[in-house]
Amino acid sequence: MSELKDLYRDVIVDHNRSPRNFRKIAAADRALEGFNPLCGDKLTVYLKLDGGRISDLSFEGSGCAISVASASLMTERLKGKTRAEAEKLFDEVHDLLTRDDAKTDPETLGKLAALSGVREFPSRVKCASLCWHTLKAALADAHQPVSTE
Amino acid sequence: MNKAQKIVPAGFDPLYWRRDFPILSRKVHGKPLVYLDNAATAQKPQAVIDAVSNYYETINANVHRGVHFLSEAATGAYEGAREKVRAYINAASVREVIFTRGTTEAINLVAQSYGRARLKPGDEIIVSLMEHHSNIVPWQLVAGQTGAVLKVIPITDAGELEPGAYEQLFSPRTRLVAIGHVSNALGTINPIKEMAAFARSRGVPVVVDGAQAVPHMPVDVRDLDCDFYAFSGHKMFGPTGIGILYGKEALLSAMPPWQGGGEMIRVVRFDGTTYNDLPHKFEAGTPDISGAVGLGAAVDYLSKIGLPAIQAYEHELLAYATDRIGAVKGVTLVGTARHKASVVSFIMDGVHPHDLGTIVDREGIAIRTGHHCAMPVMERFGLPATARASFAFYNTREDVGALAAALEKARGVFA
Repeated sequence: MSELKDLYRDVIVDHNRSPRNFRKIAAADRALEGFNPLCGDKLTVYLKLDGGRISDLSFEGSGCAISVASASLMTERLKGKTRAEAEKLFDEVHDLLTRDDAKTDPETLGKLAALSGVREFPSRVKCASLCWHTLKAALADAHQPVSTE
Repeated sequence: MNKAQKIVPAGFDPLYWRRDFPILSRKVHGKPLVYLDNAATAQKPQAVIDAVSNYYETINANVHRGVHFLSEAATGAYEGAREKVRAYINAASVREVIFTRGTTEAINLVAQSYGRARLKPGDEIIVSLMEHHSNIVPWQLVAGQTGAVLKVIPITDAGELEPGAYEQLFSPRTRLVAIGHVSNALGTINPIKEMAAFARSRGVPVVVDGAQAVPHMPVDVRDLDCDFYAFSGHKMFGPTGIGILYGKEALLSAMPPWQGGGEMIRVVRFDGTTYNDLPHKFEAGTPDISGAVGLGAAVDYLSKIGLPAIQAYEHELLAYATDRIGAVKGVTLVGTARHKASVVSFIMDGVHPHDLGTIVDREGIAIRTGHHCAMPVMERFGLPATARASFAFYNTREDVGALAAALEKARGVFA
């Protein structure tokens, strides 16, 4: 039986309380909104690209602890990564959140592994994945707000 | 034990009635269920469950059309349920009691059958800011179809209608008022009788969303003197999929049919079809017969307890819950009207409603978190969501205590 502690791990609580990279990027190359209207989680992901590399990544918004912590962990992990590395991490996190048999690499994931508890709380998967889908769409230069509902 | 021999205790005892609800003895995540989401749907007493099963086990048949025994028995049960509802809300006649799928369908019926035919460009429909989406969107749809416009009564920070604003919104173009009896997001009770009287003085009909009122207080549609009153079976301890539209006979008679098909016709010919009388004019197709039977059983059950006793008990419980939940550190109550029913909506510093909901769920407690199908209310208070505990007569002070303890626990997780 899933325990609350699996979901609200110290890392998650910390990143919710003090989200990293919680700011706007003034001259962002991409800025895209993610919004789940049914639950109220709303964030904007800001992206600065330097060739094929994410030179800066930040977010603003409000939402539940899972959505905020996920976004904070995402910006911390992906800053400085190449687009290809970011896409790979997107797939790894997606597997982590949705698959029981997820074959994820602890080295690659680092602190993102803290999100694995979300899998046992299906109604919260959309909260954790909102920022990731928003980032992916921003990388693809989409302009429509993203939702994971 | 022969149920007829149970001695009903003097003074309201929620534990006595709670035993009638089988689901309330189950566990969730290993803890006893504490069900505080009654505004979303209410639990069902054994009598309602048995009525539905018994219908299928003994008298199921299609209604109105057959001459065989089962059909007559099923028709008797269905129309008998209609009469029970009539008496429950004190409607003048069963012709004024239409079975629908629920409150939402009932309001859509009025919007499309009454509104669509009559509204002209520039006509005005008054709604309030605290309405449930089901008493907003049907009016937006018919306004879009007809060129009518919505005028919205603003609300105060306490969640009451802004004093005087309703009367001030009336104009020579006002054609209809759509108002909730009790707000599902805030718990506010609106002064329907007074609002209907004012509208009547201007020749304007009033449509009332009574979904959150009928489970908690006696409702007398003739005393309220509203023109339409809509409510749902599943919120008043009956099955899902059944609801009621009450409408004054003169209005319903003049309205064109809503859905076409069997049951609502008298004669069908390709060169012209004639329609059935009330109430069947608005009940096309085979109805939710077992749903109606279950709703009738719910009416019987509630009448046995007595709505005044339920109302009085819940009033006390709500006062207790308001104090107890409000006293939890970091909690701010949302919706503090002077006259409220059943609902305590709140937010907590540093803990998003979603996280609150997940954490208290682990303690076996069911509350609702989100916008409660009342996004305009959320926007008015600048909130993405609230947490909502909503009570019924089988809830206890212990239930409230369990929630308060769980809220403290949630605060601890994020401290």
